[in-house]
Amino acid sequence: MNQKRAIVSVIGKDQVGIIAKVTTLLAEQNVNILDISQTILQDFFTMMMLVDVTNFDNLESLQQQLSELGKSLGLTINIQREEIFQAMHRV
Amino acid sequence: MNFAITEMMETIRMVQMENLDIRTVTMGINLRDCADSDFEKMNQKVFDKITTYAKDLKEVVEKTEKEFGIPIINKRISVTPIAEILGSATKEQAVELAKTLDRAAKTLGIDFLGGYSALVHKGISKGEQTLLDALPEALSVTERVCGSVSVGSTRAGINMDAVRQMGTIIKEAAEMTKDQNGMACAKLVVFCNPVEDNPFMAGAFHGTGEGEAVINVGVSGPGVVLSALKRYPDADLGEVADIIKKTAFKITRAGELIGRVVAERLNVPFGIMDLSLAPTNAMNDSVAEILEEIGLERVGTHGTIAALALMNDAVKKGGAMASSYVGGLSGAFIPVSEDNGMIRGIIDNALTLSKLEAMTCVCSVGLDMIALTGDVSPATISAIIADEAAIGMINKKTTAVRVIPVPGKKEGDIVEFGGLLGRAPVIGVNPFNSDKMIQRGGRIPAPLQSLIN
Repeated sequence: MNQKRAIVSVIGKDQVGIIAKVTTLLAEQNVNILDISQTILQDFFTMMMLVDVTNFDNLESLQQQLSELGKSLGLTINIQREEIFQAMHRV
Repeated sequence: MNFAITEMMETIRMVQMENLDIRTVTMGINLRDCADSDFEKMNQKVFDKITTYAKDLKEVVEKTEKEFGIPIINKRISVTPIAEILGSATKEQAVELAKTLDRAAKTLGIDFLGGYSALVHKGISKGEQTLLDALPEALSVTERVCGSVSVGSTRAGINMDAVRQMGTIIKEAAEMTKDQNGMACAKLVVFCNPVEDNPFMAGAFHGTGEGEAVINVGVSGPGVVLSALKRYPDADLGEVADIIKKTAFKITRAGELIGRVVAERLNVPFGIMDLSLAPTNAMNDSVAEILEEIGLERVGTHGTIAALALMNDAVKKGGAMASSYVGGLSGAFIPVSEDNGMIRGIIDNALTLSKLEAMTCVCSVGLDMIALTGDVSPATISAIIADEAAIGMINKKTTAVRVIPVPGKKEGDIVEFGGLLGRAPVIGVNPFNSDKMIQRGGRIPAPLQSLIN
């Protein structure tokens, strides 16, 4: 079966423990992280993670939990299928 | 990782701040096999077929939207032009069928159902005349049914008898919904050279050349183009075209991906991508504002046509490379009531009906969502339609008229239509009449295809 991958994006004010909290949540949901990239862009903490979501029929519950975590930390967290970035940025 | 953080940020910014969305996923459904000499049977077959074919449309679209993080605003259905299956049904039965379509749309939870239509650009058959007679009432007693009528084409010329009827039909439809500002007219388009695979309302129908069922997708994204241009205030016009082209490419690729996923999940073939830039009343989601960003103080002033031509062509060039199957209307929509910049242009007297007509020569579609004074005569509406159809016929392009003669309203009043349809300032028409020309009737012959100047 083909691997189904998604991108988790985290954007917001930098603070201690962002990566720890996001990765903990993903680990609890049994989501494997394939790649992480992180930087500070114009004072904003920006992280993107490539994750394996092959075992998820839909991303709704993951998105909901990530949104809740984001809210408590004052960050915007999204999870989207990787293909959308592929389509828009690669020919 | 395959992508740079800046690329990821770009996509997220487009969606969250610049109103990038898929405007519509429209499922086309062929209803020809529902025709039956017994009206009750046909009525039931139509309802059953639509609600069976599209039963998962809403759910699949909503799931896909969440998974990919790109909003899909409308879920719609287009059907075979209803006039083609009416046969010898009566006017009352035709209205009844409109109600059935409305009920099907509501049952499925979809936004609009298009195809209460007749193609009469050369002549009017019995079923088509029944549909025309039923149109005002059918659009008044239903909420989600949209109708369209083709009155001309480059190959057939313009059927002026149909054009004459349309003036009266539009007036009647407005009168029947006068407590809603003539709302029925917002669901009725008169076309020249209509396309068979248009996913946008109110002009969508499932044409003769189409298969059993199909998924067509319309993207949007004036806001994305506008903010891309704002980042290059000093670019020359060649560069401006290039920026628009690249942005259109990205928008279209997103739309194509979503369209294909939805089609695959519904097990229906993917039809086409419609590349149109379609505005909404949301802040900065205006086509007119793109033209103003190119360098016009107000849309409608001198230079508007050139700016629009540049933009429309660039959108097509970018989109054509991004999608394997481009179709529909593909260009720029400039519906007045749905575009804050267009509304401002009219209020400030920069934009007039004549300029709007001229703009339709270089962009997709035509006089769209324009509120006219309530006392405009049917013949004048017919004449407006005839002018627009002539532009389409000669230029070999689709043109359309969707005007609302708002009962009791005067020039300068503002009319609220609500929701996606927005609000529009009422425009006055030329005080001189065109009655004689419209009375003459007949058919304007198809134009020469050579000696083109």
